[in-house]
Amino acid sequence: MRLDTDPYLSRYADRARDLAASEIRALFAVVNRPEIVSFAGGMPDTAAMDLDAVAQLTAEVVRDHGHTALQYGGGQGREELREQLVEVMARGGAPATPDELLVTVGGQQGLELVAKCFVDPGDVVLAEGPTYVGGVGALSSHQADLRHVPMDAEGMRTDLLEEALAALKREGRRAKYVYTIPNHQNPGGVSLSEERRVHLAELAEEHDLLLLEDGAYSLLDFEGHVGTSLRSLVPDRVVYVGTMSKTFAPGVRTGWIAAPTPVRERLVVLREAADLCPGNLTQLVVERWLTTQPWEAQVKEYRALYAEKARTMLDALEAEMPAEVAWTRPSGGMFVWLTVPRGIDTSALLAKAIVNRVAYVPGRGFFGDGQGGDALRLCFSYASVERIREGVGRLAELLQGELALLRDVFGADAPELAGRRDEPGITGGGQGGGGTSRDPGPGWGVA
Amino acid sequence: MSTSPHVAVLTGGMSLEREVSLRSGTRIATALTEGGLAVERIDVDRDLVARLGAGGYDLAVLALHGAAGEDGTVQSVLDLLGLPFSGSDALASALAWNKPIAQGVYAAAGVRVPDRIVLSQLAFRELGASAVVDRVAETLGLPLVVKPSTGGSSLGLSVVTTAAELPAAIVAALSYAEAALIERFVPGTEVAVTVLDGRALPAVEIVPKGDRYDFAARYTAGRTDFHVPARLDEAAAAACEAAALAAGAAAGARHLYRADLIVDADGAPWLLEIDTCPGMTETSLAPMAAEAAGVAFPDLCRTLVDLAVRDRAAA
Repeated sequence: MRLDTDPYLSRYADRARDLAASEIRALFAVVNRPEIVSFAGGMPDTAAMDLDAVAQLTAEVVRDHGHTALQYGGGQGREELREQLVEVMARGGAPATPDELLVTVGGQQGLELVAKCFVDPGDVVLAEGPTYVGGVGALSSHQADLRHVPMDAEGMRTDLLEEALAALKREGRRAKYVYTIPNHQNPGGVSLSEERRVHLAELAEEHDLLLLEDGAYSLLDFEGHVGTSLRSLVPDRVVYVGTMSKTFAPGVRTGWIAAPTPVRERLVVLREAADLCPGNLTQLVVERWLTTQPWEAQVKEYRALYAEKARTMLDALEAEMPAEVAWTRPSGGMFVWLTVPRGIDTSALLAKAIVNRVAYVPGRGFFGDGQGGDALRLCFSYASVERIREGVGRLAELLQGELALLRDVFGADAPELAGRRDEPGITGGGQGGGGTSRDPGPGWGVA
Repeated sequence: MSTSPHVAVLTGGMSLEREVSLRSGTRIATALTEGGLAVERIDVDRDLVARLGAGGYDLAVLALHGAAGEDGTVQSVLDLLGLPFSGSDALASALAWNKPIAQGVYAAAGVRVPDRIVLSQLAFRELGASAVVDRVAETLGLPLVVKPSTGGSSLGLSVVTTAAELPAAIVAALSYAEAALIERFVPGTEVAVTVLDGRALPAVEIVPKGDRYDFAARYTAGRTDFHVPARLDEAAAAACEAAALAAGAAAGARHLYRADLIVDADGAPWLLEIDTCPGMTETSLAPMAAEAAGVAFPDLCRTLVDLAVRDRAAA
């Protein structure tokens, strides 16, 4: 007798049929245990929040607007909140009007809705390589042909973007859009230089491009510097995705999309089909947070806290890491991108890392094409300063040991063991891992 | 003891197979609770001994996979606490956990196991073993299966078809264990024989839809076809049963265990390993075999409880 463990298999849509259990996802089940110093999840340090203030305003929301808070709302989101979110965008240098906004359930829903709105199976979307793991997931679930543009310390190499666009043109194809996180990119930790922002805007005009600008980390520059928003340069060519997760808290699941009106109208209908409307309760909480609390002071506090944590992590990396390892030096945001010699497979190494009580996100999750086996992402925003030192120490020891092992197994002069510090770019390409391929994304359930 | 024992289902822990273990544990606990038993699920951590000491439990059902749960560690602690538990005792668990040692024991008991070589991290670090890696392929032939010497769920397992791929595969396996077990690849039909209280249940044949039975194929419903009983002729089926029982006896395994085998083109079974705490998830093999033998999942769980109680005196 043949046993059918999934009798629904013949019914699945193409986008769901190939979804599979993932080793990495399974390993993440251990990561949240307190024994482990986790640099994995991209989590804000909500310990910095004034919980009494949040408790009070939440109580006020229920007391003063209880019936509204517990009722359905409009698909576009509350107008009063959109007015406030426009102010938040303005602080990040991105102009918008409340009517252009659509309130979403976190920035993630924004990325997914934009993919749903624009991507047919096989459509090309360009993005930084590496790019946000949830962005990869949103695009994979709509079967996009995701192609990556390498980065260096100044963000996306717009010269290489230009080449990619020319190559697409020769193929008779075009990119549906270019997804970019210009400020303190997740996971690269680097920002797009001002010159390249202008170049990107020029390319958008020249090639009739649509840009998806993800502003998640726009207000998290350690010095308070605000980069020029792409939306301020070519507003008609930019769909902007924002989030309250990094400036307030991810638990309220509040983000937004700012889009040209025809796009926004379609997005509202698509969102209504997905979840009808954003929750009024959390919208009112965010609204009240923005109108009654010193939210900018809170952002400033996050910035100062993350600056200290970033410094701690960078100092520890400098002091502890073997010479063959390279990393980016963020001036904001929440992440450091670390590149190891090509002989090390960071997906396979995660198991050993967990046994050594430290965790990261393997680089492959940030690519749609299996690259990234020789890189990993470290999040510095969540762990305490002491835990950061401890965790970097464990990771350095692990990498020292792994390099020694590789020298022992491959021989000391193996080209796979060459250091990466002098290489241009924040990571090499390469299908790291060779014969031991570990599952790449889409989506391991981490932010 | 009252007629309705108070059961601790041990699950989770720090193991790399934590997620699978949580799935097994939840499923067992639900089945026993629905069967009318007082059940608590315990996620194994530093408080385990204190919790078991204070909890007034009559026995523990083990749903632990991976180190600490399957290698005899928990079993030794439970022995000290005087708490009966399901599954193999500490010694048999420790033995089966170490695949190279276990294969030696199975071979000595007359069970056919693949030709193999073990290379530990120590061999590379202190003995310069990289100089002899080339000989592995010469000695065993290609293709080869490279896996960690301990652990389950196919984690860290690779199949290499050229000698050049061997070093990377060894390194990947060493991410999961102190030593890499390198076996001659035996082509054939993949079969699992579950043994419940000394009785072999119908063999389950595993036909992955992709190229192999890896982690995704194991734990994604629909990724693998299973045939129960396995489509083997009578002689091959009997040989599989005999191999599973002989290997289990040699290791001293008890209650419930699963033997993984390959049946080659001549119908000869090759034993790969014995799992003393087999998966109990929706896609796991032992529950499938039990079902085919007329033992529904709740009854299988209840049997584990009864076996733990029965063998209390023997422990």
